[in-house]
Amino acid sequence: MTKYSIFSLLRNAMGYHRDWQQAWRSPDPKPEYDVVIVGGGGHGLATAYYLAKEHGITNVAVLEKGWLGGGNTGRNTTIIRSNYLWDESAHLYEKSLQLYEGLSQDINYNIMLSQRGVLNLAHSLGDVRDTKRRVYANKLNGIDGEYLSPAEIKKLVPIINLDPTIRYPVLGSSFQPRGGTARHDAVAWGLARASDARGVDIIQNCEVTGFDIDKGKITGVQTSRGQIKAKKVGVVVAGHCTVMSDMAGFRMPIESHPLQAMVSDPVKPIIDVVVMSGAVHCYVSQSDKGELVLGAGIDAHNSYSQRGSLHIIEDQIAAVCELFPLFSRMRLMRQWGGIVDTCPDASPIISKTPVDGLYFNCGWGTGGFKATPGSGWVFAHTIARDEPHKLNAAFSLDRFVNGFLIDEHGAAGVAH
Amino acid sequence: MFLINCPFCGEREEKEFSYGHEAHIARPENPENLSDAEWADYLFMRKNTKGVHLERWVHTAGCRRWFNMARNTHTNEVLAVYLMGEQPPKEIRDMIDGKKKS
Amino acid sequence: MSQTHRLHDGGRIDRSQQIDFYFNGKLMSGYRGDTLASALLANGVMLVGRSFKYHRPRGIVTAGTEEPNALVQLERGASTISNMLATRVPLYDGLDASSVNCWPSPTYDVMAVNSLFHRILPAGFYYKTFMWPVSGWKVYEHFIRRAAGLGKSPEVPDVDTYDKMNAHADVVVVGAGPSGLAAARAAAATGARVMLVDEQTELGGQLLNERFEIDGKPAMDWVADVESELMANPDVTILKHTTAFGYYDHNFLGLIQNRSENVAFGQDDRTRQRVWRVRAKRVILATGAIERPLIYSDNDRPGCMLAGALRAYVNRYGVSPGKRHVIFTNNDDAYRSALDLKAAGCVVAAVVDVRKDPSGELVTQAIEAGIEVIDNSAITGVLGTKRVRGIEVMKLNDEADGVTGTSRTISCDTVGSSGGWNPVVHLHSHSAGKNTWRDEDGVFVPGDTLQAEACCGAANGSFSLAQALNEGDFAGIDAASHLGMTAKKRPAVPTANSDVDETPWRTIWYIPTTKPAGQRGKHYLDQQNDVTVADVQLAAREGYRSVEHAKRYTTLGMATDQGKTGNIPGHAILSAALGQTIPQTGTTTFRPPYSPVTMGALAGRAVGEFFDPIRRTPMHDWHEQAGCLWEDVGQWRRPWYYPADGESMQDAVSRECLAVRNAVGMLDATTLGKIDIQGPDAAEFLNRVYTNAWLKLAPGRCRYGLMLGEDGMVMDDGVTSCLGENHYLMTTTSGGAPRVMAWLEEWLQTEWPDLKVYLTSVTEQFATLQLAGPNARDLLSEFTTDIDLDNDAFPFMSWQDGTVGGIPARVYRISFTGELSYEINVPASCGLSLWTDVMNAGEKYGITPFGTETMHVLRAEKGFIIVGQETDGTITPIDLGMDWIVSSKKPDFIGKRSLSREDTARPDRKHLVGLRTADPEEVLPEGGQIVAETRPQPPMDMIGHVTSSYWSAALGHSIALALVKNGRGRKGDTVYVPTGDKTVACEIVEPVFYDPEGSRLNG
Repeated sequence: MTKYSIFSLLRNAMGYHRDWQQAWRSPDPKPEYDVVIVGGGGHGLATAYYLAKEHGITNVAVLEKGWLGGGNTGRNTTIIRSNYLWDESAHLYEKSLQLYEGLSQDINYNIMLSQRGVLNLAHSLGDVRDTKRRVYANKLNGIDGEYLSPAEIKKLVPIINLDPTIRYPVLGSSFQPRGGTARHDAVAWGLARASDARGVDIIQNCEVTGFDIDKGKITGVQTSRGQIKAKKVGVVVAGHCTVMSDMAGFRMPIESHPLQAMVSDPVKPIIDVVVMSGAVHCYVSQSDKGELVLGAGIDAHNSYSQRGSLHIIEDQIAAVCELFPLFSRMRLMRQWGGIVDTCPDASPIISKTPVDGLYFNCGWGTGGFKATPGSGWVFAHTIARDEPHKLNAAFSLDRFVNGFLIDEHGAAGVAH
Repeated sequence: MFLINCPFCGEREEKEFSYGHEAHIARPENPENLSDAEWADYLFMRKNTKGVHLERWVHTAGCRRWFNMARNTHTNEVLAVYLMGEQPPKEIRDMIDGKKKS
Repeated sequence: MSQTHRLHDGGRIDRSQQIDFYFNGKLMSGYRGDTLASALLANGVMLVGRSFKYHRPRGIVTAGTEEPNALVQLERGASTISNMLATRVPLYDGLDASSVNCWPSPTYDVMAVNSLFHRILPAGFYYKTFMWPVSGWKVYEHFIRRAAGLGKSPEVPDVDTYDKMNAHADVVVVGAGPSGLAAARAAAATGARVMLVDEQTELGGQLLNERFEIDGKPAMDWVADVESELMANPDVTILKHTTAFGYYDHNFLGLIQNRSENVAFGQDDRTRQRVWRVRAKRVILATGAIERPLIYSDNDRPGCMLAGALRAYVNRYGVSPGKRHVIFTNNDDAYRSALDLKAAGCVVAAVVDVRKDPSGELVTQAIEAGIEVIDNSAITGVLGTKRVRGIEVMKLNDEADGVTGTSRTISCDTVGSSGGWNPVVHLHSHSAGKNTWRDEDGVFVPGDTLQAEACCGAANGSFSLAQALNEGDFAGIDAASHLGMTAKKRPAVPTANSDVDETPWRTIWYIPTTKPAGQRGKHYLDQQNDVTVADVQLAAREGYRSVEHAKRYTTLGMATDQGKTGNIPGHAILSAALGQTIPQTGTTTFRPPYSPVTMGALAGRAVGEFFDPIRRTPMHDWHEQAGCLWEDVGQWRRPWYYPADGESMQDAVSRECLAVRNAVGMLDATTLGKIDIQGPDAAEFLNRVYTNAWLKLAPGRCRYGLMLGEDGMVMDDGVTSCLGENHYLMTTTSGGAPRVMAWLEEWLQTEWPDLKVYLTSVTEQFATLQLAGPNARDLLSEFTTDIDLDNDAFPFMSWQDGTVGGIPARVYRISFTGELSYEINVPASCGLSLWTDVMNAGEKYGITPFGTETMHVLRAEKGFIIVGQETDGTITPIDLGMDWIVSSKKPDFIGKRSLSREDTARPDRKHLVGLRTADPEEVLPEGGQIVAETRPQPPMDMIGHVTSSYWSAALGHSIALALVKNGRGRKGDTVYVPTGDKTVACEIVEPVFYDPEGSRLNG
């Protein structure tokens, strides 16, 4: 792998950039792998990367039915934070944030991690109580976080509307300075390139159509490009995980919903931090390109269409204009949708399954991007060792049976 | 935004309705006799069908009545609406069975 | 500056109405009917801004929505709008526009220094660098962010307003060009309700730019006739200056209408823009086509335009874009531009045609008009940087992948290129319509769709006028016939008189030079984002092979124009680089909006006071006058506390608390949810939805109930009273009322339709006055003669009907404060009057109004929970120590089964306990986390958190409730709450602090 740096850039500039290598190969699938990862999104690629890096397992294929990073990795609003309420979540997301903090250098690909800080606004006394509860918990978990008064919010976001007479005035906020955003495509591409460099085969346009299961144990997968044998199979297909579990013959506590997001036209910097609000239901950040990146809530109905309804967008934009009245004259440039898989307790499943050697990583709902490296890291461990790491032990499929749920509905605030 | 044909009021905008998730999940008669796994199946496990999905809606901002709907979750086509307590129309059942056979 | 480039006559502008405007601070003038772009061109201004990355000088390229370059900041201050297309801004008096992304001016731009480094700034360069040092990105990013962006956001709130309209139509026709007009006319003739939408200020579409004839008269006369015919039809709605921005499932369209003549300001108290939400039975997309550029070297120089735009400026606006024009084409249509320019007296230096021996009728006409046609040739270079000074032309080789011979220089200042036309399939694609590739002319045309929709005319890939008219007419009739409507008298199909035979296009996506792409000038695909052919080739070389990867890696098509001109050529270049066909490569997804939509318009009226309705109780104004502070509870606004002059919150709450404990207080409890439950199975129903037993509650009695979700977690609580046989009134929490009502209905309708039970929400039918305190009975007795308030006659947890203050009332003797308490329910309309009377009469009893905060303190002293504060969706009744209310005898109730799961049955779950701080003055922070052992530094293991915490004026010390792991097993233990600056020690105690025997509320 040619190292990326200002020097290699200068060197290649001399040759009109004709000599750059492919970021990753496009190999034909081999007949057999030690591990097959189904799903070439950020989480799947991270899993492959850490399988190779942390566990020395390099005979790995990542099978992607479309283009890698084309699912929710390439459709989300790129928010990263780890200020979750419950210990289990906080530890997992914090692991992920820590991995993010060194990821550009680790994979030699600038993922543009931008730790400009994340605010989660409180608009009612109940919000304030819950927000403080979460901040206290974050602090005792060793995660950076503060509770900010409106005056302190104003310093970070001078354009926010703090008028106490608005419908749901801003009463306070949590603030995680290490939160922020990253360039979502770069996360997928960088992990693909780094996995490829360690020998992982990334196979795009290869759809898994079935699992080969012999006496309760996985032996391989059927794909649009033929059968591929595998000792272990990890499934990381946000949105489509029940399609996969149907093939494997077990049920999942998952529903797939459209989630819409949108950007405005690009303007000069106007807002530095990420602002999220559960009560008025919006999240806003500004990309390095200058676009306001805005998120909405999920459409209520199940869907696999990657299209959402206009009224969700209208409600979302109304919330944005309520909090930021000066955005009213800015214009929406593009809206799109992804399919998110939601769990009853708003926490993911990173787990062994009833089939030996088959592992599922799903249910990230609307907030999976921030977990990408951490999710891959623990999933790689789970696959390599055939047992969960302590960071993901609680995120098992069993919890829906025994009741050990990790209910982040309240803490997630706005579903993100 | 969907156009939903409320069986009681006629075609109305999606915004008037609330989604009630998967249909035909009957509450077990004697929950105490179920294993934890069986109870979890009722409580949490969902078909989440890609294709013809049988689901419930309620006309919240209208007659407030619940009904069933068959919708293709891939195309968002509404295929049928039918009353609570009814089974889906035969052509819908055929569609679902056809899918199973393929 | 004078209008140096204005032609002496012609155009649809009104020369009698001069309009003055400012561009970059300079006063200029144009005419009514101009766009900002046409007025700028008339004034000889071609250079309008700088590009995103290299800050290359950029000019006006098109005359429409597809414009990639001519972005301006329109107006200043509160009225400013970023990145407006000069081609889409109708000129108005006083218009004030300035260039974006350049300083100090587009002519002299400091950041143009970027272009010197273009060699090291290829696509995706930022992924390869800025990684050292590790913390460096933050610094680099700071500068990158400043350099990025184009225009500026407003810095003050919007002064304009917006609104929305919902509409239904039989047939919506999008686009009022020839095809759309023919469609609308044909559909309207059947009696269908037709809505005709067009983004321009005038109907006519492409006809506005042409010199065509229809039905033997100038095409615009035909347009005028059709318009008056449609206007006369009451079933037709014409929306001009209105863009259909999105096409959604089930034939739902979003339109945005400019309601004001000048796009930047609302006018005459009208809203500035309106969003139409239209449900159509049939949709006809007559959205036309967008000309695509030829991709030649340095095709971004100001003066490089599209051929069709040249004749638009000449024919529609009476402006000559330049002094000497060259047309560069692969098709016959561009010859129209040469001919129209010539006819208007403009200089056409040459037509450079990539085809060998073009021979169509238009070509012949051009040659006859004395225009030099240079065939089989390519523009290999453009001279000039801030304005085209000339072009270099060479012969193409046989494969058209290189050039041969010697270069010839042609002096000119304007180039109009045409690589054919792309149907506008955007709306068709928004709602999952497929597109199919038509190989003969290399265009994507609309294919199958899920919607009740048809495309016609150029949008359907039918580019001749006759085809457009025919298809439009058919689409109109066909749409109506789908709805069972036919015309009694069918209007004649309009005939085109201008059509000529055209020879086929020659599709060449990349115009070669003597060197590979990127080594002799730049071939721009996406001008706004500075994406070149070399960038796309680099993406392919580096493995970004999917069209989506190439898009994202290069940012092709991600600018404000969303690649309207550049995408298809870009995808073709990618296909060539990958050695595959264009349909194999496919396109990126077309997403709404078609062109940018004002956010304020999408919000509409749902801002400010209309953002979400405020629910107010009948006594709201009294509270307001009493100077209360408010708390938002769900949509309700409730009095939080009533500070007297100079009182702190703590002072006020303590005063209110003591008044209730020692005298009497009154709370507005109207907001509690009230559900009337009737029917023979009502008791059975309650028995199923509550955890405790309900079959034996006698009329006149009240009972507290706890409602669980099916997961066993506490969901709501409240007191339900038996009003009579088969008749109950349930109360719920204020915020939870709508959810509970929906929940109960769901069970009744979907699971237990056999139960004969009827639910009615009566929350807003009653005003509820809660009197609490030892003097409550004496005070109430002054207002009623027919209710026996004696403790035996009217004990705790019962209710009575009667009159209070002469008003029919239902009085409940229930208590959330722990005091003797009555909740008086009267018809909502009588609430304020009774409240006022009771307040007046209560003076001698020391009556004090109290708000939610005092209520919370008083109930916490008693250890009563608040759902949502002591619970968070993870708490069972057993956790709360409320096993007394969970029936063990009932075989089933909602949530019961979940309570015996492994986790929920665990004895060491979190339990509700009381906390007493070691320092009685210390009030714990709510939300504070509890540890059993402190450590000098985090992390520390948390065992629970403080759910409620107050200063208790009655007890003279602080109190707190908390959920603590195995809390009941830790009674008497000392635990700690680290608050950041200090750690508070406290003891785990019983969660009831005041009157644990309940003698006061029973008294």
